[in-house]
Amino acid sequence: MDDIAIELRGIDKSFGPVHANKNINLKVRKGTIHGIIGENGAGKSTLMSILYGFYQADSGEILVDGKAVAIRDPNAAIAAGIGMVHQHFMLVENFTVLENIMLGAEDSQILNKGIAKARVELKRLEREYALEVDPDAVIEELPVGLQQRVEILKALYRRADILILDEPTGVLTPAEADHLFRVLEQLKSQGKTVILITHKLREIMAITDEVSVMRRGEMVATRTTAETSVEELAELMVGRRVLLRVEKGEAKPGDVKLAVEELTVKDGRGVTMVDNVSFNLRAGEIVGIAGVAGNGQSELLEAISGIRRAVSGSVLLNGKPIEVTGHADPSELRDRGLAHVPEDRHHVGLVLKFEECENAILGYHHDKRYLNGVFLNIDAIRKDAEQRIAEYDIRPPNPRLKTANFSGGNQQKIVLAREMERGPDVLIIGQPTRGVDVGAIEFIHKRIIEMRDQGMAVLLVSVELDEIRALSDRILVMFAGRVVGERNPDATEGELGLLMAGVEGRKEAAE
Amino acid sequence: MSSPYAKLPGWVEYGLIPLINLAVAFLVAGLVVLLVGENPLEAAYHLLNGAFGRGEYLGFTLYYATTFIFTGLAVAVAFHAGLFNIGGEGQAYVGGIGVALACLWLDQTMPWFVVFPLAILGSAFFGAAWAFLPGWLQAKRGSHIVITTIMFNFIASSLMVYLLTRVLKPLGSMAPQTRTFAEGGQLPKLDWLLAIFGLDIGTAPFNVSFLLALVAAFCVWLLIWRTKLGYEMRTMGHSPSAARYAGMSESRITVITMMISGALAGMMALNPIMGEQARMQLDFVQGAGFVGIAVALMGRSHPAGIIPAAVLFGMLYQGGAEISFEMPSISRDMIVIIQGLVILFAGALENMFRPAITRLFAMQGRRAAVVAQTKGA
Ligand SMILES: Nc1ncnc2c1ncn2[C@@H]1O[C@H](COP(=O)(O)OP(=O)(O)OP(=O)(O)O)[C@@H](O)[C@H]1O
Ligand SMILES: [Mg+2]
Repeated sequence: MDDIAIELRGIDKSFGPVHANKNINLKVRKGTIHGIIGENGAGKSTLMSILYGFYQADSGEILVDGKAVAIRDPNAAIAAGIGMVHQHFMLVENFTVLENIMLGAEDSQILNKGIAKARVELKRLEREYALEVDPDAVIEELPVGLQQRVEILKALYRRADILILDEPTGVLTPAEADHLFRVLEQLKSQGKTVILITHKLREIMAITDEVSVMRRGEMVATRTTAETSVEELAELMVGRRVLLRVEKGEAKPGDVKLAVEELTVKDGRGVTMVDNVSFNLRAGEIVGIAGVAGNGQSELLEAISGIRRAVSGSVLLNGKPIEVTGHADPSELRDRGLAHVPEDRHHVGLVLKFEECENAILGYHHDKRYLNGVFLNIDAIRKDAEQRIAEYDIRPPNPRLKTANFSGGNQQKIVLAREMERGPDVLIIGQPTRGVDVGAIEFIHKRIIEMRDQGMAVLLVSVELDEIRALSDRILVMFAGRVVGERNPDATEGELGLLMAGVEGRKEAAE
Repeated sequence: MSSPYAKLPGWVEYGLIPLINLAVAFLVAGLVVLLVGENPLEAAYHLLNGAFGRGEYLGFTLYYATTFIFTGLAVAVAFHAGLFNIGGEGQAYVGGIGVALACLWLDQTMPWFVVFPLAILGSAFFGAAWAFLPGWLQAKRGSHIVITTIMFNFIASSLMVYLLTRVLKPLGSMAPQTRTFAEGGQLPKLDWLLAIFGLDIGTAPFNVSFLLALVAAFCVWLLIWRTKLGYEMRTMGHSPSAARYAGMSESRITVITMMISGALAGMMALNPIMGEQARMQLDFVQGAGFVGIAVALMGRSHPAGIIPAAVLFGMLYQGGAEISFEMPSISRDMIVIIQGLVILFAGALENMFRPAITRLFAMQGRRAAVVAQTKGA
């Protein structure tokens, strides 16, 4: 039991001036689940990318099963028995599950023979680890939870003994996450080693055997999970005490800022995603929309913010209508005081290839501050960006760095800073803390509440029930496109869970 | 982890890698020359000598380069907005109408510096108009721009045959071309520019439209990286969903970008029509629109890359002609093969050597770090 599966010795890695990993030492015992936590930009993904051969360490050694190995590329990592499940899946969307799993590991030149063999092997893996998927399903038609399962199968198919998962639960529904953890337990009981990166300390406590903490590129502590607590881990990560649940006073709701009336939205295939939804949002209150992902919350946000056309219904912003069923213009809505933090920061909220300061004006590039006639006022843009970076502690503090090179949590702060700092009347915000560390969550939550206290109306969508309950003054639960209930924030988790599963809701609607 | 390749220093990225690609292209081209039983070194000599050996040759090289700067910029501008404008050929061809009209109207009464600005406007206007339709069709009807611009190349070709045989041809002439322009329709040569370097331009048609091309390159840089419109174009090019989120109108940007692209392609017509032949002939574009795609690819859609890439292709055109003249067993087609190889290695396969070079640099970086450590100890 005391065998070491992976040992890292003195790993060091810099990206130009950014020292991402400083002399990292780490031992991961065989047959355990080892958590790695740390603030955004602490260097977790970088360390794992070095282990998986995406990056080369500047110095240091990697030992697998006690033997030093050179991992120059992912192929070498696979050969050493290391598999990785990426946060952004690397699957061919229009291939079947089986084809994806075989890709690059076709055993024979004759494809048919290989396919038959792979099918048998896949069946065996599925049985052994309770990882059912239809081998002939096309990837793009699978929900994310299943896509992730395919990634895991892919690694196992390549005979991985050590599995790295980088923030695997960020995109999962609670039920999917539970299932993932059962799979990980199963892997562990079969003697596999799992390295799990996550920002959710609850998950760390629930499933890991040991946990290592990184801070600013350094490995600061390793603890046996059973002997530590969420509070201790949070403090180790951030270097100070963290409020896991921010203080919040009574809401003082004012005028109605956003009035949604009988809004119905369909997706591209004509399926009704938002079904006759009505609610009011007042100044100085936070309304949370709870629900399992995919029950229409995304489409609701998109329709209100003018990105997606609604089929029917109306929305009033400050008493004046938004053309939700026609050509609503998102930039006009911004001028009218509506700000929007989209759920998908990588494809919608940011242009990853832009410099940070270019993203800091996305959507606000019409602002006279940033223009000299038709030209961009580069000085003003960079100065504002620098100020936001300081206020939101975005790291590294370089407005000219390419956005893709910021860590996930810092990218999120770039979007939040841009949308919150202009003091909009209404802020619609989707998954504000997805992939964000505890310290930053505290900061973001405080900020949202501060904005509420200054009279902003906040519409919050999150799949994190904890977050909804911590922030909201009123909770609306969505199921299958409809609002199936409204609750106070002191409603129990069980009560909300039933509503989210559509159980209670049907009764209520029938009455 | 966003890109599988680590970042390389600028001089490697924009200097070394293109040079290596180019060297390999020439090596393979050399093998082809060897295959037809000729001496590749001799061919290389004729290529370089033919392109740069004398003031006159250099003049021709830069004359071609001028053309390719315009068409390269045209492709690059569209590319930044995520649009693939294959219609530079047709836009340049139709742009010729604007040049011809200005010249036919005023060449006998006005000096060149009055006619030239009008011809610039004319060429840009007609080029833009020809690109407007595909842009509009994509924006409003969703017809893919690659398909429509190719079709518009054919339509342009037929239109120009009609115009040059029926409308713009002087009465009684047999040739499908306009009349020869008087002095006002001819651009002065840049003989003085070569003279500074002690070179004699000879008969080469290197003319002031080269300076216009440089100005256009600078304006394109300004447009893309320093204006609000350029910002919107780049946003759309990188991420259409982010552009929608930001409230940018996809159809508006598509149409405007295509018109700018078409205007740049159209301005290419100034060089052959006013700068060389002093008349508009059938097929004066001669594939420059397509070469522009290669130039933009090689120049990474950046004006500072497009200018040297255009000079390179100018060299291949001019020096290539020299090779086939001096070495008869190497035909014009061979030259096209060599150009194709350059496009292949510098454009399509530009990432072929990158992993190896990246690894080399990573290794060197590690060694340097080790040296620093031992020194420190
Ligand atoms: N390719 C790169 N070029 C330049 N800097 C980079 C690159 N990749 C990462 N960095 C920097 O290295 C540091 C560590 O980043 P890393 O992605 O490892 O953080 P992380 O711990 O995974 O954070 P998060 O929890 O937000 O995902 C950050 O400051 C980041 O900006
Ligand atoms: Mg990370």
